[in-house]
Amino acid sequence: MRDVSVIGIGITKFGELWDKSLRELGLETGLEAISDAGITSKDIDALYIGNMAAGSTLQQEHVSALIADYCGLTHLNVPATRVEAASASGGLAIRQAYMAIAGGFIDVAVVGGAEKMTDVSDSESSYTVSMGSDEQWESQAGATFASLHAMIAQSHMDEYGTSREELSAVSEKNHYHASLNPMAQFQFQVSEKAVSNSGMVSSPLRMLDCAPNSDGAAAVVLCATHKAKKFKKKSVRIIGSGQASDTLSLHHRKYLNRLPAIGIAAKRAFKSCGKKSEDLDLVEVHDNFTISEIIALEEIGIFKRGKAASMGLKGETRLGGKIAVNTSGGLKARGHAPGATGIAQVVEIVQQLRGEAGERQIKGAKIGLAENHGGTAATAVVHILEAD
Amino acid sequence: MSVPRFWREIDSRYNLVGSYCKITNAYHYPKRSFDPEAGRESIGNMEDYKFKGNGKVINSTVVHQAQTGYEMFGPYCIAIIELEEGPRITSQVVDCEPEIVKPGMKVKSVFRKLGEDSESGILHYGTKFIIDEVLETINDENEDMADVEL
Repeated sequence: MRDVSVIGIGITKFGELWDKSLRELGLETGLEAISDAGITSKDIDALYIGNMAAGSTLQQEHVSALIADYCGLTHLNVPATRVEAASASGGLAIRQAYMAIAGGFIDVAVVGGAEKMTDVSDSESSYTVSMGSDEQWESQAGATFASLHAMIAQSHMDEYGTSREELSAVSEKNHYHASLNPMAQFQFQVSEKAVSNSGMVSSPLRMLDCAPNSDGAAAVVLCATHKAKKFKKKSVRIIGSGQASDTLSLHHRKYLNRLPAIGIAAKRAFKSCGKKSEDLDLVEVHDNFTISEIIALEEIGIFKRGKAASMGLKGETRLGGKIAVNTSGGLKARGHAPGATGIAQVVEIVQQLRGEAGERQIKGAKIGLAENHGGTAATAVVHILEAD
Repeated sequence: MSVPRFWREIDSRYNLVGSYCKITNAYHYPKRSFDPEAGRESIGNMEDYKFKGNGKVINSTVVHQAQTGYEMFGPYCIAIIELEEGPRITSQVVDCEPEIVKPGMKVKSVFRKLGEDSESGILHYGTKFIIDEVLETINDENEDMADVEL
C-alpha cells in the first residue's frame, strides 16, 4: 500500500444555483482543484465523479463522461467513473480514487462531486433524497426521508432523554459555523428558539433540523504521496479510510437509535492508521438531520452513547470547544448537494489542516475526520486526514 | 409506479405474504429467497408465509410534510411495526388521531388504498395498520348496525 495525499481542493458556493448547470459546476470546481494542485490535464490518470441523482433530477445519466468532456479531458481519453451511493456518493468516490492510488494502479486522480437538486420542485427533490432508503418498502408505504430520521430521533430521545433543546443546539451551532464560511448556503445564525419553533416536518423533527437539498460541487486532487512534493509544497495525507454497509431499510435494524455502519467504517479507518478518536482536532459529520450529527459522534466514539447531545448543548462541539464539529456549517448550513457533500467535507478538513480556513480556523489543527453516509446509513464512509 | 412493478408484489402487499426459513425458523418480510443467517443452505428451504397481521408499534412519527402521493392523508402516522412472528415493517397507522400512536401499542393489519398514479391511473392497494382498541370499537359499531331493521 502506498501513501496518498490531497494536493488540491476546489469548492463552489452551495445553494440554489439556478444560473449554473451540472457541467458548469463540475468544471468550475475541477479547475479550481487542478489549479490549486499545480497540475495540468496531462498529469491526470483518472477522474472519479460522485453523483447521486442526475438521472432523476436532470434525466441525464453517464455524468462521468459528461464532466470529463466539459473539463476538456476527452482528447486525453482520461478514464472517468461515476460512483453512486446516495448521499455517500462523494465520500465513496474519494475512497475509490484512494484505493486506486494506494494500490499502485495510478498516481494522480481528480475526484469531483456535483449535484443539481433545485432544478426540480421541492417535492421531487425530497422524493429523490428518499430514494437513498428502500423505495419499495419505505417510501411507497408513505415514509418520507425525514420521517425515518424522526423515528431515529424519537427512539434516541426515548432511550437517552435527548431533548428538543439539544437537537436545536446542533442546528444553531452549525449555522454559526456557516456564518463564517463564505461558501456556505446559509451564512447567517439562527437561535435555538427559532429552531425549536420552526414548522413541524415529521415529529419531533422540525424544518430547521433538516439539511436543505442544494446545488453545489466540490473536488479534490489525490496523488501518491511520494510524488506529491513535485506538485504541491503543502499537502495533507489521507492516513485512514473505512467503509461499511447496513440494511437498506431502517426497520430491519435492531436498534433505531444507532447507525452502526458509521461506527464500523470509523473503526476500520482508525485501524488503518493506528489513531484513536482522542487524536482528532476536528470532524465533519453527515448532519442531514440534527439527530444524525449526535449519533455520528457517538458511533465514531468521540462521546459515549447518549452523551453527545448534552456535550453539544454545552458548547463542546463548537469552534473553541473540546472538538470542533462541522466547522463548514455541515449539511445543515453549508448545504447538502448529495454527490458533492462527502467531498466538501474533505475540502473543509484540508483547509483547516493547511491553516487556510479564515475566520473559522482551528489553531494548530493536525488531524481531522470526515464521515459521510447514504440513506439511513446503509452505506457509511470515513476518512482520516493528517497535515504533513 | 409502473404496473408490473406493483403487480408482481401484490401477494406481499395485499396479503402480507413473506417468507419462512425452514433452517433457522426465521420469518422475513418482504419475501426473501435466501436467509442471511443460513446462507446458501436456505435456498430451496424458504416457503411463503402469510403473516397473521398482529403486531406492536416500535416507534412512530406524525408526518406533516407528506410523501409524494400521500398529500391527501396528511398529517398522518408512519410507524415501524413488529409483527408477532418477528419481522418489522414500515407502515401507516390509520383510523385514529396520528398523535396518539405510541411505542408498545398493539396493532392489526388492514387492507387499504395506498394511492393512485393519477386521476385516471391505476389505484394502489396495500397493508396499513389500526390500533387494536380502535379496531374493536369499529367492530362493535358494525355489530350495532346488524340490529338495525332495513
